[in-house]
Amino acid sequence: MNAGSKNFVFSPENMVRAKAHMAKYPEGRQASAVLALLDLAQRQNGGWVSREAMAHIAELLDMAEIRVYEVATFYTMVNLQPVGKYLIQLCRTTPCWLCGSDDLRNVCKDVLGIGVGESTEDGMFTLIEVECLGACVNAPMAQINDDFYEDLSAARMKEILEMLRRGEQPPTGSQTGRQTSAPATGATTLTDAGNA
Amino acid sequence: MLSDSDRIFTNLYGAHDWHLAGARTRGAWDGTSELIAKGHDWVVEQMKESGLRGRGGAGFPTGLKWSFMPKEPDPRRPNYLIVNADESEPGTCKDRDVMRHDPHILIEGCLLAAFAMRANAGYIYIRGEFFREAQNLQTAIDEAYEAGLIGKNASGSGWDFDLYVHRGAGAYICGEETGLLESLEGKPGRPRLKPPFPAGAGLYGCPSTVNNVETIAVVPAILKRGAEWFSGLGRPKNVGTKLFCISGHVNQPCNVEEEMGIPLRELIDKHAGGVRGGWDNLLAVIPGGASVPMLPKSICDDVLMDFDSLMAEKSGLGTAAVIVMDKSTDVIEAIARLSHFYMHESCGQCTPCREGTGWVYRLMQRLVKGDASVEEIDLLWDVVGQIEGSTICALGDAAAWPIQGLIRHFRSEMEQRILARQGIPSGADAPRAA
Repeated sequence: MNAGSKNFVFSPENMVRAKAHMAKYPEGRQASAVLALLDLAQRQNGGWVSREAMAHIAELLDMAEIRVYEVATFYTMVNLQPVGKYLIQLCRTTPCWLCGSDDLRNVCKDVLGIGVGESTEDGMFTLIEVECLGACVNAPMAQINDDFYEDLSAARMKEILEMLRRGEQPPTGSQTGRQTSAPATGATTLTDAGNA
Repeated sequence: MLSDSDRIFTNLYGAHDWHLAGARTRGAWDGTSELIAKGHDWVVEQMKESGLRGRGGAGFPTGLKWSFMPKEPDPRRPNYLIVNADESEPGTCKDRDVMRHDPHILIEGCLLAAFAMRANAGYIYIRGEFFREAQNLQTAIDEAYEAGLIGKNASGSGWDFDLYVHRGAGAYICGEETGLLESLEGKPGRPRLKPPFPAGAGLYGCPSTVNNVETIAVVPAILKRGAEWFSGLGRPKNVGTKLFCISGHVNQPCNVEEEMGIPLRELIDKHAGGVRGGWDNLLAVIPGGASVPMLPKSICDDVLMDFDSLMAEKSGLGTAAVIVMDKSTDVIEAIARLSHFYMHESCGQCTPCREGTGWVYRLMQRLVKGDASVEEIDLLWDVVGQIEGSTICALGDAAAWPIQGLIRHFRSEMEQRILARQGIPSGADAPRAA
């Protein structure tokens, strides 16, 4: 947990969003919004949550600070240390591994010059391996910030990293052009007239 | 093969508009208030008659589950509908397609299910990584509110229903229903002891029912087309249609809606383009997501894809996530990866699971290299048997089952690797205790 950042308060826009999340839950149950507020804080704070941000959230939700820390340390999507502008999460679980996730890891390490769990010195990229992200029929895949990049190859992964480095936004989803989770050669179902 | 006219998920691949206007052309929100007019108990009875079993993995009869909810809710302890959209079982990516491509049938199902169980509020708990899916879902909910389909006097039915999206933040254990409830309350997702069951004391201590996305999304079709239509598909006690996810070593990995009880081989050959290198190149299949034991080719040749058929083979339908492995696969490493998964995802509150999953992974790492003694395979079998059934939730069991499947069907491969590392030709007597 990194304590070395300055005071944190939600921006006016994020305070509106925070209140909207808190309003989803019954009176007295505002702690339910803690994950939503941690996410807002992380986005406002450049990709990670400081202790000051957690203190702010604890105050808003009328929770003991330790309860917010407890939540923040339990969930993998809450980053307690600074991360790069692009957080690359490589899926390592069996369905992706069967389809070559090790190749993606190797190419990321080569292109970025960092190991798993490390960030590039320019602050552009952080590389981590994660467990199943739930896009298994489009394996191998990676999540970069909010988006899934699917049906990857090592060569395509390299291109994506280079595009990001140049400040370009690569197309998200399947990288082979197939329609989401349909067979790449075309759907075998939902082909009747009126459905096509 | 299931005909398209019997398919429920007609926008599975997102070929059409997922917004309200597009969903309406596919029949969503058609006659919803007429269904509600038939009463709470009619809906529950229809669900019981349809024979629907929960699509989240356990296969519990849905109508029966709903009937456990209090019929006269105490206003101080209202009933809640909770939808489990924390899709994280390795191999599984079906609910994702429902939420991003057909969110309105899920929302309509939420209204009908909530009405049936006398709930005026529902929460959809979606895994945090599904950011775009949560956006589509929230947009669709906004559209439904705007059109008066949910909210006060939902769809003109006289029933009030509010529906909220709640995003998780990366924890497989929140797919366990009481872990999910803890998380929804703003705590770490550590599963609760049962009883009390959620229908007695769930979210905020109030009566709650937790159902999977697919379970809720098929409700409108069942009520509109009739329980008999649904129960006429599939096999006895294993009825209806099912979303299958076919991943791994197939030529065309895909999601597809098929009839329950379809032969595994037909499912793979017809929809997934067959096993890479042909059916005879098949080594093994995990038929229902990471938690169910794998099956060797000899069983895959003619096993049917439903709850009871797979249970008879000491495996399970689980989430119907079919992970295919061809003969090039290091099957020990494939399962070791899953052991890493369970070690990582154990919430840590029960000692057998917290300590056991790490112990299992460390031994599995050595078994991948053959750096073990043959007796350690027996020890592994014994230890996973002691994790199984001795924890608060089923994650401990889920960590044990893939190991049991591996040892049951591929023990000789594990032994050969140990012997090869020791320089002993296969076929020779295994060395005794190391």
